[in-house]
Amino acid sequence: MLSLERVTKVYRLGAFGLQKLIAVRDVSFEIGEREIVSLIGESGSGKSTIGKLILRLTPITSGTIRFEGTDVSTLNGLSLKEYYRRVQGVFQDPFASFNPIFKADRVFRMVRDEFYPQVGMREWNEKVEGALRAVGLNPPDVLNKFPHQLSGGQLQRFLVARALLLDIRLLIADEIISMLDASTRVDVLNLLADLKARGLSILFITHDLSLGYYISERAIILYRGRIAEMGPTDKIYNRPLHPYTEMLMESVPRLDRKWEEEGRIERKAALTGSVPGGCVYADRCPKAMDICTREEPELKEAETGHFVACWAR
Amino acid sequence: MEQEQPKKVRSEFIFFAWRNAKLRIGVSILLVFIVFAVVGPFLVKYDPYEYSGPMGAPPSREHWFGTTIFGQDVFSQFALGTRSTLTVGLLGGCIGTMVGILVGLLGGYRGGMLDEFLNVITNIILIIPTLAVLIIIAAYLEVRGILTQSLFIGLTAWPWAARAIRAQTFSLRVREFVDLARITGRSSLRIVLTEIAPNMMSYLLLVFILQFGGAVLNAATLDFIGLGPTKGVSLGLIMNNAVLWAALQLGMWWWLLPPGATIAAIVGALYITNVGLDEIFNPKLREM
Amino acid sequence: MLQVENLTVYYKTIRGYVQALEKATFTLADGEIMGLAGESGCGKTTLGHSLIYLRPPMNYIGGRVVLDGQELPIWDMEKMQEFRYRHISLIPQYAMNALNPTRKIGKMIAELLESRGVSYSEILPELKRRLDLVQLTQDVLKMYPIELSGGMKQRMVMVISTLLNPSLLIADEITSALDVSTQKAVCEMLVEFRDRGFVKSTIIITHDISILYQIADSIMVMYAGQLSEKAPTEVVFQDPRHPYTRMLIGSLPKVGVRYQEERLRGIPGSPPQLLNPPPGCRFRDRCPVAFGRCTEVPPFLEISPGHSVACWRAF
Ligand SMILES: Nc1ncnc2c1ncn2[C@@H]1O[C@H](COP(=O)(O)OP(=O)(O)O)[C@@H](O)[C@H]1O
Ligand SMILES: Nc1ncnc2c1ncn2[C@@H]1O[C@H](COP(=O)(O)OP(=O)(O)O)[C@@H](O)[C@H]1O
Ligand code: SF4
Ligand SMILES: [Mg+2]
Ligand SMILES: [Mg+2]
Repeated sequence: MLSLERVTKVYRLGAFGLQKLIAVRDVSFEIGEREIVSLIGESGSGKSTIGKLILRLTPITSGTIRFEGTDVSTLNGLSLKEYYRRVQGVFQDPFASFNPIFKADRVFRMVRDEFYPQVGMREWNEKVEGALRAVGLNPPDVLNKFPHQLSGGQLQRFLVARALLLDIRLLIADEIISMLDASTRVDVLNLLADLKARGLSILFITHDLSLGYYISERAIILYRGRIAEMGPTDKIYNRPLHPYTEMLMESVPRLDRKWEEEGRIERKAALTGSVPGGCVYADRCPKAMDICTREEPELKEAETGHFVACWAR
Repeated sequence: MEQEQPKKVRSEFIFFAWRNAKLRIGVSILLVFIVFAVVGPFLVKYDPYEYSGPMGAPPSREHWFGTTIFGQDVFSQFALGTRSTLTVGLLGGCIGTMVGILVGLLGGYRGGMLDEFLNVITNIILIIPTLAVLIIIAAYLEVRGILTQSLFIGLTAWPWAARAIRAQTFSLRVREFVDLARITGRSSLRIVLTEIAPNMMSYLLLVFILQFGGAVLNAATLDFIGLGPTKGVSLGLIMNNAVLWAALQLGMWWWLLPPGATIAAIVGALYITNVGLDEIFNPKLREM
Repeated sequence: MLQVENLTVYYKTIRGYVQALEKATFTLADGEIMGLAGESGCGKTTLGHSLIYLRPPMNYIGGRVVLDGQELPIWDMEKMQEFRYRHISLIPQYAMNALNPTRKIGKMIAELLESRGVSYSEILPELKRRLDLVQLTQDVLKMYPIELSGGMKQRMVMVISTLLNPSLLIADEITSALDVSTQKAVCEMLVEFRDRGFVKSTIIITHDISILYQIADSIMVMYAGQLSEKAPTEVVFQDPRHPYTRMLIGSLPKVGVRYQEERLRGIPGSPPQLLNPPPGCRFRDRCPVAFGRCTEVPPFLEISPGHSVACWRAF
């Protein structure tokens, strides 16, 4: 349904954009029908950038993003609006997602203004209430309130409800539960699972590995703007191939087993400047060989559907 | 419950506004002058330029603020002058704020080439000495009214406002609610007007107040050096004449003091109001 | 050894008192690493701060704090000065971003020590040993904070705050902004500091309970300004007695659990306002097993050695 082909994003910084920051480089992956794909990586690895590229919130530097065969960068005006009818996003900070000076249900009104001006007010209100119920909210409790009168979990569900008002096929969920408390987190996660059952595909962006496992069938591990490993979630979690993924899996605080005494966790953990020609993980990798600092490993299929970019594999 | 919260927010604002001494003082002083600018001219008994009394007389019952060296009534000049000075301040401040908002919002939201272009213009106007340009333009025009003066002042004072608003816009446009409006298919113009500008209301008010103060000061300076309106009175003009005819050396303090003190008081009050508002809008500065 | 009895701290606001910490009573043994968990806004930071620094608008309302047999004058900002840093050390939330960016780290430490009457040159050898221990080169002393990564900064902050071997270290959300690998390193360091005697006991404040499972000896759960439960870590996970603790643990996603296989459940509803909290047990509204008695405040009672609960159903 959605495919990324060698997508690269370079941000220009400083006066006149003389400095370059490569946030995402040569990233290719696909999201199929009714699929939840986790995009996992530490902060700064380029996750949000990928989300923004898909949502056309920032221009792409090179590569192509296709949605149902159409190159997304060619869309404009009406066709872009049609795209947004089918592809929507929900972002990390529920409080920042609402204009603090307006009532929260204004986001629904905006959808009506832009997409359904012909729908009558009564019919529309019913539709909104239906969407709110679908995300587990009781309309009278949450309508006609200011954002600061609602909890983070309620606001986040509001935004999902907003997306449901459109005929969406794909939802980009960028760290949508990282700001929520444990007690409301699961509800939003379960909501995503329900949406999938209704036929939606979801790109679930997260830095929390246990959440990724709970919700997705496929996972993509991103490191410094490059895909390190990609494949079925259980394979990635139980038999990681990339040394970076291995390290991640050993450091996840699990509830079913304690950390091993003095694992081989590097305490240095300081990112050092830009990446020269080799593997982006070479400077931290315990398995690094000569070639790792000279040549960049390509993403290759190690077993069916399970890809890894590492010379040691 | 639903209806209660917004009211609470507003009453909290009023609560803090009322508790803030700076704001109370600033606004009171301003109100006094604004009321005077409206009412004062009706109390005037003489034409401001009419030779209506003894020359250079000190304040008396006939002439409350005394007379000029030519025997014109200072109070009449003062009352009409306060009105025109405040008008110039208001108009100039409005124009400056408006242009600043437009340039700042546009550049800040759109970014890219448009922003670079606007930025260059802003910087040019910021760098060239405003007063020098005003003097040249003012000297070039033979007939100058209050309106033209306001226009000049407003059109040269906007750059810093544009810069400040641009910076604010920059920080607002990366907020997630703007992204959300974008993926709802809103046009840029609507996003700027309906999402970004309303969030800067308090800020825009502060900008306006500073522009207002600046315009009053600029107008007074222009008048004082003799480039004010060719017709009419203003506080700066009174001072200009007073200094020209050596009022101070002749001990005619009543000619110079009222306009001078008033300009200082208006500008001072505006700045105090600004500081007070800043404290109210910025919860970190609120004293509990 | 830390003993806290009926500690009550409110925030004074124009609309009244925010009752953020209500009658907290607990003890912390020497060598104990205690995790303090609970939803955001439940008063964790308030509790941590009230033991060392009552930052306005915090108001001391009542209660006692005894550290190593000596009562702390926590209501007296001046007198507390003697205990701060030397005996109790706090790593505030976002501390690593609060380091003064214009001071070199070594200079900053020297100034801090000087203000406590400790000579920098005397302590320098020990400081260097500790930097070695956390695998920071001694060069960091000549660097500015911005030159360090998040993990390095956090380790630096930990070394600084434990330099005088305080009896109690309070670490507020120090792992929250870190990536899993650095998180783990910082946690291991906390344990190591305890093992080496740099600190006697530690309170780790976090909303991430899976981290507490890894390193804490005991876990204390707070809800809406009140203590709900405190017990050894294993007990909290195996046999939680407070319904809130139970539901909280039940809502945690675990690696190896899929929604298709085991659907986790959240806790419906949201915590009460602390400005005018409802009387009785503050969890009552959301509690699935609440009954008539719950309109009275349940006391925080020890139901078995080291296991205290505040719930009428648990007694
Ligand atoms: N608008 C921007 N301008 C410049 N650099 C940016 C911008 N947005 C993100 N970056 C940089 O791109 C990199 C990737 O950022 P991001 O995609 O937000 O990562 P993540 O979501 O994984 O934390 C980071 O180094 C970040 O600083
Ligand atoms: N300065 C303050 N003024 C008023 N209320 C406050 C202030 N700081 C915190 N609170 C309130 O006190 C309660 C506890 O806050 P805090 O201790 O920071 O919680 P936590 O650290 O568990 O997230 C919250 O309900 C919060 O709203
Ligand atoms: S005291 Fe009552 S309301 Fe509170 S947790 Fe126990 S059963 Fe629930
Ligand atoms: Mg991000
Ligand atoms: Mg806190």
